[in-house]
Amino acid sequence: MANITGRDLIAYRTARFFEDGDLVNLGIGMPTKCLEFLPEGIDVWVDTENGAIGLAGSPADGEWTDPDVVDAAGAVSKLRTGGCCFDSFTSFGYIRGGHVAVSVLGAYEVDQEGNLANWMVPGTTAAGMGGAMDLVAGARKVIIMTEHCDKKGAPKILKKCTLPLTAANEVDYIVSELCVLHRTDAGLVLEEIAPGTTVEEVVSKTDADLIIPATVGTMI
Amino acid sequence: MAKSKVVSVDAAMEKVHDGQTVLIPGFVNVGVPETLIKGMVAKDVKNVNVISNNTSVKGRGIGLLVHDRRIKHITCSHIGSNTETVEQVVAGELDVTFVPQGTLCERVRAGGAGIGGILTPTGLGTPIAEGKPVINVDGKDFLLEKPLHGDVALIHAWKADKMGNAVYHRTARNFNQIFATAADWVIVEAETIVEVGELDPDLIMTPGALVDMVVQAEKGE
Repeated sequence: MANITGRDLIAYRTARFFEDGDLVNLGIGMPTKCLEFLPEGIDVWVDTENGAIGLAGSPADGEWTDPDVVDAAGAVSKLRTGGCCFDSFTSFGYIRGGHVAVSVLGAYEVDQEGNLANWMVPGTTAAGMGGAMDLVAGARKVIIMTEHCDKKGAPKILKKCTLPLTAANEVDYIVSELCVLHRTDAGLVLEEIAPGTTVEEVVSKTDADLIIPATVGTMI
Repeated sequence: MAKSKVVSVDAAMEKVHDGQTVLIPGFVNVGVPETLIKGMVAKDVKNVNVISNNTSVKGRGIGLLVHDRRIKHITCSHIGSNTETVEQVVAGELDVTFVPQGTLCERVRAGGAGIGGILTPTGLGTPIAEGKPVINVDGKDFLLEKPLHGDVALIHAWKADKMGNAVYHRTARNFNQIFATAADWVIVEAETIVEVGELDPDLIMTPGALVDMVVQAEKGE
């Protein structure tokens, strides 16, 4: 795994926050990639906001699955043995009620106060927040998976979000292809950096103030 | 002997009118009452206020109402699965109010359960909180969110008996179970209609006592 980089590295490291038996909610897109990198001996139960626990990925070509089992993107999904289905009210009850161990989402912006913006860019048409606001407000641990900078190279990890928020002060960890940041009461702590990068590079690509401990770990 | 509530789609549409607030469940295009929606199109129902989670996909389900511009205002959590809805909202032709999905569930539940509102942490510090009372309970802040209620609810069941006891299937249950509690008139379309007594009372998800009409859903949905 020493040569793992980019989005794979983000998923690999994020999956190492999971504990065996955790109920996890993985946002659409990059967060679902965590399942490709589960550590040996770690089995998680995948929650989907539309009313199921135990989603087990897309069917293979030609494999029959029940068309009434879909994931949060509306795509047909397999349901593992022991999985279950329920109504949306039950689903969001346990999401808000702290029964989901880890919620993993992407970000437009995230800041050193644990604020997250990932649903709306003023001047463009928002698609809506869906279940994101509830997931971030309710999960016991919120992890943001994000490329460190946007497509133009501008930092996404800021002192203060500029976009409308999804939730305030709820983010616990930020995992990028360069580092792992832990949001604490004191601020954002640089806990780990990726192989091949330096603390200086991370600081130069981050707008937020970072607390640099005496020892910074590596992501792998 | 339980009275049968089974009617035709046309008969059910006698209860659905222009300008009503209509609760329509479904997640993307699963668990959407498409037979009843087609009934609305056939009756040419217009100018409705829709409460739903999203607007299905282009050309299907709630997307049929969007395409014909039958919706005056929609309250939902997400429109991204339907490109036509996005286009109409961008053009200022469809009025939308976004509600976080969990808050939508609780507001409709409150509407059906006789509760004057709910207190939720969801949305605190975001644009959703603007203009809403923040209430502190034992040191923790919550947003007050008000109930939602409909004139009519259109429900998609997997199985229903003739008096309206309903069972939903897998993730097609989604909003159906809650929405069936929160309207003045509740119409259930079912993929299979069975005799009263055939469903296990412990497994019935919506009591038939809450249901006013039962309609046979089209095959293949």
